[in-house]
Amino acid sequence: MSAQPAPIVAEPPPPTWPMLRAMVGVGLLCGILIATTFLATRPTIERNQAEALQRAVFDVIPKARSSETYLWLEEGRFEAVGEDARREGPRVHAGYDAEGRLVGVAIEASGMGYQDVIRVLYGYAPDAAAVVGMRVLESRETPGLGDRIETDAAFVANFEALDVSLEPAADGAMRIAHPIEAVKSGSKQNPWEIDGITGATISAQAIANILRRSSSDWIPRIQQRLDDFQRGES
Amino acid sequence: MEAPDTTAMGAEEFWKGLWKENPVFVQVLGMCPALAVSNTARNALAMGLATLFVLTASNAVISLVRHVVPKQVRIATYILVIATFVTLVDMGIQAISLDLHKALGAFISLIVANCLILGRAEAFASRHGLGASLLDALGMGAGFTVALLSLGAVREILGAGTLFGLPVLPAAFEPWVVMLLPSGGFLTLAGWLLVFNAFEQRRARASAPEAREVPG
Repeated sequence: MSAQPAPIVAEPPPPTWPMLRAMVGVGLLCGILIATTFLATRPTIERNQAEALQRAVFDVIPKARSSETYLWLEEGRFEAVGEDARREGPRVHAGYDAEGRLVGVAIEASGMGYQDVIRVLYGYAPDAAAVVGMRVLESRETPGLGDRIETDAAFVANFEALDVSLEPAADGAMRIAHPIEAVKSGSKQNPWEIDGITGATISAQAIANILRRSSSDWIPRIQQRLDDFQRGES
Repeated sequence: MEAPDTTAMGAEEFWKGLWKENPVFVQVLGMCPALAVSNTARNALAMGLATLFVLTASNAVISLVRHVVPKQVRIATYILVIATFVTLVDMGIQAISLDLHKALGAFISLIVANCLILGRAEAFASRHGLGASLLDALGMGAGFTVALLSLGAVREILGAGTLFGLPVLPAAFEPWVVMLLPSGGFLTLAGWLLVFNAFEQRRARASAPEAREVPG
């Protein structure tokens, strides 16, 4: 007879209680740590976000000295958000000069770039019927090429006076007379054209598309309801 | 820069991470953040410090709980601890600077998956006391930071002509944009590995003269 096979030794069952104790204990500790840090950092983070938005609004409306956020309501008018900052909905930021006169409206817009969604904020000045500033809030464009939509001074200067004046359409509604358009670098001839960037054609085109789409939505609306933004007693 | 032999054991735990077992240049660990976030010196430094913090804090906790965690659930526990500290760093960076948080993007959360951290937890902190684990983590974290900074500095100088955002090369210099792109990360890493290995080889040859006869 051949040698008997070695008896199979059953592995001792895993220690349930110590495992449970370790996982729950460590989990509890981690939960407390996260909750504490969240509560401790939240005010600072919210302040940072509000400040960043405020800075961006003043950047795109150079004349603004104070600003206020307005919601666009379903029934077709703007209403100040006021203290209740948590209200959801499409919104714009009105900028006022030192005397409290409306000098511009900052609008957020987004669209697909070369790599990922680009978010921008641009300022519209009703007096000039023009875009007076644009800032990229978020983008993942290629460093050194596509990110020149943020860093190239000549490109950014396109948005200091970009014509978006309105004209009545056939049906009586107002629409943008000349939609914003990107042209080849150096060939800008009209005030509604954006001089592109050599080497960042798609990113520059993306910005033009984002602005064209957003401006044709928002600018007729804002122009029609300018009174909603007036400050003061009247 | 090598710790002399007479130094206490503790110093050795620290220095090995910086040089002899440098996580990036010798162990070649944590390549994803090392390549992705080293396009500027500032991003590289921030990523290095964030990793240093997570590594040190999680090593400390793991070393403290090493006797109460059964081996069947140890990896799950380590990941839990590491993920917690990564979340803390993420909130901390948002509180310090939104711009920095924007630049580092998804890579902060990916520190969880940095094999350097889990590697040190499993290989070192779970087997050593608090003091040694802290020194090991500080050394490895510092080594990682220095390595990222060496990558980031080279890439930023060549790719943008600046260092920490300040111009360092004459305006006539045409930036090599490729250095900021992913391929530039690989090129720079290869360059540094070359330098590191050449240095190590020369040192090994100097300390073992009989090895000179080896052909090649």
